[in-house]
Amino acid sequence: MEELANLFHGFAVALQPYNIMLMIIGITLGVIIGVLPGLGGANGVAILLPLTFSMPPTSAIIMLSCIYWGALFGGAITSILFNIPGEPWSVATTFDGYPMAQQGKPGEALTAAFTSSFVGALFAVIMITLVAPLVAGFALRFGPAEKFAVYFLAFCSFVGLSKEPPFKTIAAMMMGFALAAVGLDSITGQLRLTFGVTELLNGFDFLIAVIGLFGIGEILLTMEEGLAFRGGNASINLRVVLQTWRELPAYWMTSLRSCLIGCWMGVTPAGATPASFMSYGIAKRLSRRGNNFGKGEIEGVIAPETAAHAAGTSALLPMLSLGVPGSPTAAVLLGGLLIWGLQPGPMLFVEQKEFVWGLIASMYLGNLAGLIVVLTCVPIFAAILRVPFGIIAPLILVLCAIGAYSVHNSTFDVMLMLVFGVLGYLLKKCNYPLAPLVLAIVLGDKAEEAFRQSLLGSQGSLGIFFSNGLVSTIMALGLVALFWSAIQEGYSRLRTSMA
Amino acid sequence: MTERSGSASGPAHKTLEIGMALLIGVFGLVVIFGSLKAGINWGAEGPRAGFFPFYIGAAIVVASAINLWHAQRDDDGRLFAEWGQLRQVMSVVVPTAIYVGSMPFIGLYIASMVFIAWFMRWLGGYRWLTVVAVAVGMPVLTYLIFERWFLVPLPKGPLEEWLGL
Repeated sequence: MEELANLFHGFAVALQPYNIMLMIIGITLGVIIGVLPGLGGANGVAILLPLTFSMPPTSAIIMLSCIYWGALFGGAITSILFNIPGEPWSVATTFDGYPMAQQGKPGEALTAAFTSSFVGALFAVIMITLVAPLVAGFALRFGPAEKFAVYFLAFCSFVGLSKEPPFKTIAAMMMGFALAAVGLDSITGQLRLTFGVTELLNGFDFLIAVIGLFGIGEILLTMEEGLAFRGGNASINLRVVLQTWRELPAYWMTSLRSCLIGCWMGVTPAGATPASFMSYGIAKRLSRRGNNFGKGEIEGVIAPETAAHAAGTSALLPMLSLGVPGSPTAAVLLGGLLIWGLQPGPMLFVEQKEFVWGLIASMYLGNLAGLIVVLTCVPIFAAILRVPFGIIAPLILVLCAIGAYSVHNSTFDVMLMLVFGVLGYLLKKCNYPLAPLVLAIVLGDKAEEAFRQSLLGSQGSLGIFFSNGLVSTIMALGLVALFWSAIQEGYSRLRTSMA
Repeated sequence: MTERSGSASGPAHKTLEIGMALLIGVFGLVVIFGSLKAGINWGAEGPRAGFFPFYIGAAIVVASAINLWHAQRDDDGRLFAEWGQLRQVMSVVVPTAIYVGSMPFIGLYIASMVFIAWFMRWLGGYRWLTVVAVAVGMPVLTYLIFERWFLVPLPKGPLEEWLGL
């Protein structure tokens, strides 16, 4: 009951006019940042962090976290309308959202995406409010072996669940891991795979890869088909919104499952991106209309968006309660806490009640405000679509260059972006999936670290990954996912031979 | 290999598939080579820097070998793209490469103006008035949003220095 009283007190803090104003500003900036490729949630928040030094910590975290929610919402807009994921976690949304837009149903796709995001976030905030101590205690037991097992599961799901040939998926994924390994080795401090090139000391940043592979690659594919831009026409009005809302409750099972996947992946440090892919993959397998996925199925928009937003939101749970960020953006927010003079960790709940519960209350209100802002502002983005490709293409290319440059203030990165762009064009034409490549660049370091730490603990024996019930279960699930297509083929052969 | 598919001609899809598999395979070999240089065995502090990437490299080589075998086996006579289409793609890649390459010397703003103007005029065929409006407007807007509002410094050249921006 004490939590409830604290929460109401938090609402009183968040509902102050000054904080509501910051909430709206944060959401709007966040959507813009989420729409612009390269200006993602993490570096968007990082860039704006200095602006908050003079604010009270509670107001500052409310604004910055609202930028984060806005970016989560905004990523879906470009995914659906342009097939350019504004954020890595919205890659899975392109699979069905973009075909829907092309079939003249962008309004439905956008409404479904925004509403699912809101549902996912709401579910995660309720979870944070109610079961925060329990879940945190569970995740606290995770050693390196369990962490690696979670990564293993996420990557195996790719191989088993993607529609591309499995060995092409593996090749693309492993290229990502190799690119992630370039540069300074975080454990031994040794340089590797740089071959004497100083620009490679810090390795490849996944943002550069994302901007190149998806942004530039997509423009090249469009150029091949002439200057006719394939972006669907967006018209979103109250009638479409209400009609889509009437359809959505039928997919409550998908929503609930995606919420659970998202919360799980958000609390364990796997993050929003694998959560959205895993949720999409599982929805595809379990849906009665699974064969239609990838051709514009509304369920294929609901599943990844719900999971991504649930994961993105629940990533703040370990950050607040344990001081361990669940996502890159949560890590930036954690940096903010330290700058404002607050010590993240369990003591925050005791010493800074107003801060913690103000933030939690602002999550409820911020996501509601976000839903309203994006639903009403989509016509502005629809206007972008009516601009001909001859104008929009060079502007997107320039924005990509700016985005690539501003990640590390390096013109080398801009050149790298173009290389990734041409590579993305060729890979896509040859049916190699790009998403596992990008995800492997993002998580490569963490996965390797967990792998090596586990092996250190076991003196090099792989038995550590099956040493207890928890880790064995996750690893076994991963192996099932890895060989899923083979298992399915064997099963259907068995059935035909029985019949 | 220019063949088949009626009147249209262009590189065969199979050629590109094989090329891609070989390219990725070579990349895998480079990774293995680099890992061997970094050390793939156990050192005093546990697995050495090349330990993990070595197996990644090996997996790339194996996967590419299988992809190569698949590409070699099935030939459906598809074209990768027609020459005309590839020319379209190159008409974006080449100017973008020049744009990106010139950025360290003349800065982002001037390079962007020239690039946008070129793209709109030659590929889009717009009137000069429209071209100039967008080509100048976009970098100015970029300057205001990024440098003034978000405080992100972007690469500048001699002209900006002369203007004192």
